[in-house]
Amino acid sequence: MSIDGIRAAFNDPNLDGPGQLWTHVQLSLIALGAASVVGVAAGVVAARSRRRFAAFTVVMVSNLGRTVPTFALMALVVALTTYGRGPALWALTALGVPPVLLNTYAGVRGVDPGVVDAARGMGFTPAGVLTRVELPLSLPLIFAGIRISAVQIVATAVLAAAVGAGGLGVLILSGLANGDDDILLAGAIPTAVLAISFGAVLTIAQFILTPRGLRPRFAAHLRAPSTPSPSPTEEDPSS
Amino acid sequence: MAEGIRWDWLGRHADDITRLTVEHLALTGAAMGIALAVALPVAFAVRGRRIPFAVAGGVADVLYTIPSLALFALLLPYLGIGRAPAVIGLAAYALTMLLRNAVVGLQGVPAAVKDAARGVGMTPRQLLWRVELPLALPAVITGVRLATVSTVGIATIAAFVGGGGLGELIWNDGIQRDLFLTPIVAGTVLTTLLAVVLDAALLGVERLLTPWTRRGRA
Repeated sequence: MSIDGIRAAFNDPNLDGPGQLWTHVQLSLIALGAASVVGVAAGVVAARSRRRFAAFTVVMVSNLGRTVPTFALMALVVALTTYGRGPALWALTALGVPPVLLNTYAGVRGVDPGVVDAARGMGFTPAGVLTRVELPLSLPLIFAGIRISAVQIVATAVLAAAVGAGGLGVLILSGLANGDDDILLAGAIPTAVLAISFGAVLTIAQFILTPRGLRPRFAAHLRAPSTPSPSPTEEDPSS
Repeated sequence: MAEGIRWDWLGRHADDITRLTVEHLALTGAAMGIALAVALPVAFAVRGRRIPFAVAGGVADVLYTIPSLALFALLLPYLGIGRAPAVIGLAAYALTMLLRNAVVGLQGVPAAVKDAARGVGMTPRQLLWRVELPLALPAVITGVRLATVSTVGIATIAAFVGGGGLGELIWNDGIQRDLFLTPIVAGTVLTTLLAVVLDAALLGVERLLTPWTRRGRA
């Protein structure tokens, strides 16, 4: 096990580390993008729906979805379809939706009704209320959800290698199967760096996209409930 | 792929499935034990101090961000194949939720209550054990519940590094045997059930340990 050995394993044309890294990034970005769009849309619809029962059902199903282990979900989707990139992408997207959905729901629900009334009174259309008041005010929570999804998707994309979708997991699994620490680490180290970079980029994006008046000061951050936990705020997020 | 569930396979492997379920519980329990033993003292040390809390929380967050299989793989050259890398890796994941909730709980203890405790002559140790910890308990147990549910899920990855548990049903018996559906479904259902049951059990423990949070009869 040495730095040179690890580098050699990463660049070994048979293992194709750079190619697997690119596959990993593609899988993660496509799934995260799709999960974010679906999650935000469904969360908004559920939060504004007059049919309380339908909204309740969506939230319940999402909550249940979070207790199914991500690896189990991926295995199940692949077992019901076939090996390959397509089924893996479906599974990654499906497991990315619940955190975004639940946080969007909590965010939109938590917007002060007085603020919405004021916007209506100023002549905002319903679409304007949504895009210029409700969504901007919910952005911190929505982005917290997207970050939770991103962590899970990048992590589960490692397991996509086990079902024939490629990615950096190919190197880790190959290292495990051959008992070769160089190959193992040639997969594990880039995976860890990629995941940490993903998290960092999203944290910065969340800060930039948060309306200035909503940016937490440090003292508030100390008192805030744990943001990195996979449980989105289900109650009033302002509490 | 339209095979159904092979109930006869489940019947023949009932002993194995029971063993793997117990292993899964043991992995989760060991990881949570280690994580608590680390998180509680650290939370106590950094509570109320910005920079130490930011550093400890940041380290825990970074550990949480590393994909589980990669973290197990990083530990493997040092700890060898088996349960050790899985338990240590799982403990690292639980750390961030436990630490944050414990700090939030400890900081939520009103200063007036602490003053009163000192006023009636409590030593710092009594203050910790008889006032601060009990009042922080609901937040701590919420952290334990969140961490336990996610640990049960991530423990399915232990099978890749020879750590055992229900992941073996999904990986060794399912995916590696040409996507054999029955063990995959069994593994999924059992892990999900385990998570739900443990969550409910811990909620019960919280109720028992914090009787004063229950509303009295009107």
